[in-house]
Amino acid sequence: MNRHLISAADLSRDDALLVLDTADELARISDRPIKKLPTLRGRTVVNLFFEDSTRTRISFEAAAKRLSADVINFSAKGSSVAKGESLKDTALTLEAMGADAVVIRHNASGAPHRLADWVRGSVINAGDGAHEHPTQALLDAFTIRRRFGRSSNGPGPGGQAGRGGTLDGLRVTIVGDILHSRVARSNVILLHTLGAEVLLVAPPTLLPVAVDTWPCSIDYDLDAALPKSDVVMMLRIQLERMNAAFFPSVREYSRRYGLDSARMAQLPERAIVMHPGPMNRGVEIAAGVADSPRSTVVEQVANGVSVRMAVLYLLLGGVEADQ
Amino acid sequence: MTHAQPAGDEPGADSKTVLEQAEIGRALTRITHEIIERTRGAQEVVLLGIPTRGVPLAARLAAGLEQVEGHPVPHGSLDITMYRDDLRLRPARTLGRTQVPPDGIDGKIVVLVDDVLYSGRTVRAALDALNDLGRPRAVQLAVLVDRGHRELPIRPDYVGKNLPTSQHEFVRVLLTEVDGQDAVLLGVAGGTGGPR
Repeated sequence: MNRHLISAADLSRDDALLVLDTADELARISDRPIKKLPTLRGRTVVNLFFEDSTRTRISFEAAAKRLSADVINFSAKGSSVAKGESLKDTALTLEAMGADAVVIRHNASGAPHRLADWVRGSVINAGDGAHEHPTQALLDAFTIRRRFGRSSNGPGPGGQAGRGGTLDGLRVTIVGDILHSRVARSNVILLHTLGAEVLLVAPPTLLPVAVDTWPCSIDYDLDAALPKSDVVMMLRIQLERMNAAFFPSVREYSRRYGLDSARMAQLPERAIVMHPGPMNRGVEIAAGVADSPRSTVVEQVANGVSVRMAVLYLLLGGVEADQ
Repeated sequence: MTHAQPAGDEPGADSKTVLEQAEIGRALTRITHEIIERTRGAQEVVLLGIPTRGVPLAARLAAGLEQVEGHPVPHGSLDITMYRDDLRLRPARTLGRTQVPPDGIDGKIVVLVDDVLYSGRTVRAALDALNDLGRPRAVQLAVLVDRGHRELPIRPDYVGKNLPTSQHEFVRVLLTEVDGQDAVLLGVAGGTGGPR
């Protein structure tokens, strides 16, 4: 594995499977009375959040604490950033405090990449602008693998961790605001790496310019895509980023691209419905769908902690191979 | 702790067999009887193997105990990777599996099972790992081979074979379940340095 996790493209197929297999083992810790491991004792993880986030920040905090790391939370509101401090100066401050890992969320695409040049610790991208959100893609892949029974169930020979499978042959349809979505980009890259066939469904105005270079296919008709999908991932309509007329009205969008109960009935029997959260109930996903047994929304949150523990362990748990 | 190096110390042509299949079988049978004797019938015993090769050894001991005593003896595995004291000396390791029998370990006599006892650091990590799983009444240690060179105040309760070694040598246990054959090999470690 690389020292940093900035893009889902940093992960080879073997790296991605190692993260998922490690997360499978770590998920078992949450069934124990003592949900804590001493592995990262004495190490410091800084959560550097320039953008609002509840689940990602809490998830990283819980993951780091379960591994006994010290966690420093830093949010732009109420910090020196509000007084105009630059990212570089913030980074140097963190460096002086001896951060072993920096988990960064920033509204500018590429901020984690820049940060990686300035700090000695590992940089983990927790979402940068409309660019990437690799740990979300990992937890989505983890959730898909579990739901389709491809995780490592039994122990391997001699009680070693079992090896889980890939996502070969699974058809994943990602629906909605691809243009503003870092989740979509990371998922397309990672799910392709793991062997899934990815289909994007969105109005043409909500597709990014270079989407034809992505390793996926594109369609504009949700009703045609649903019967051939094993996984449907609904993306949030990011009303806060809607600074142009991307569609005539929220209601029209919901009619054409929202997942309601009637549309869910078109899915194959084993298909699951995912959403990275937070959901706009009644816009991209109907409440009845979000609360149905097919929905993995709550599972995704729980799995997020295990996957982030795996990432922190693999990045910080040993020395780097090149030292 | 030879299992820590999957690739580094493959048994070369210069290694010699110090225990063969029949001898391993006899050693395990003797340990089985010692466990019964020391725990008064192995009623409260839980066997936990340390991956990789402690796990099949624990299963074999459990089968032996059941054969002699006529009641099933719970067994499982205890992964100690996250509790090691040398994590920061190497790249992150792949995790093993911890599988505790359904009745847990509270109030039981836990017998830790490993293939080779060397520095004692693996066992120290295992004691820490146990601490997070519950509170056994007692913890004992069974190893197939004790090769000496302890770095911590730890001693085994049941030993298959005491094998005096130098630190330049390696001891490698092969088990049918993992390696396709039963044997204990002793040889001179290559350029990779002795297992630690």
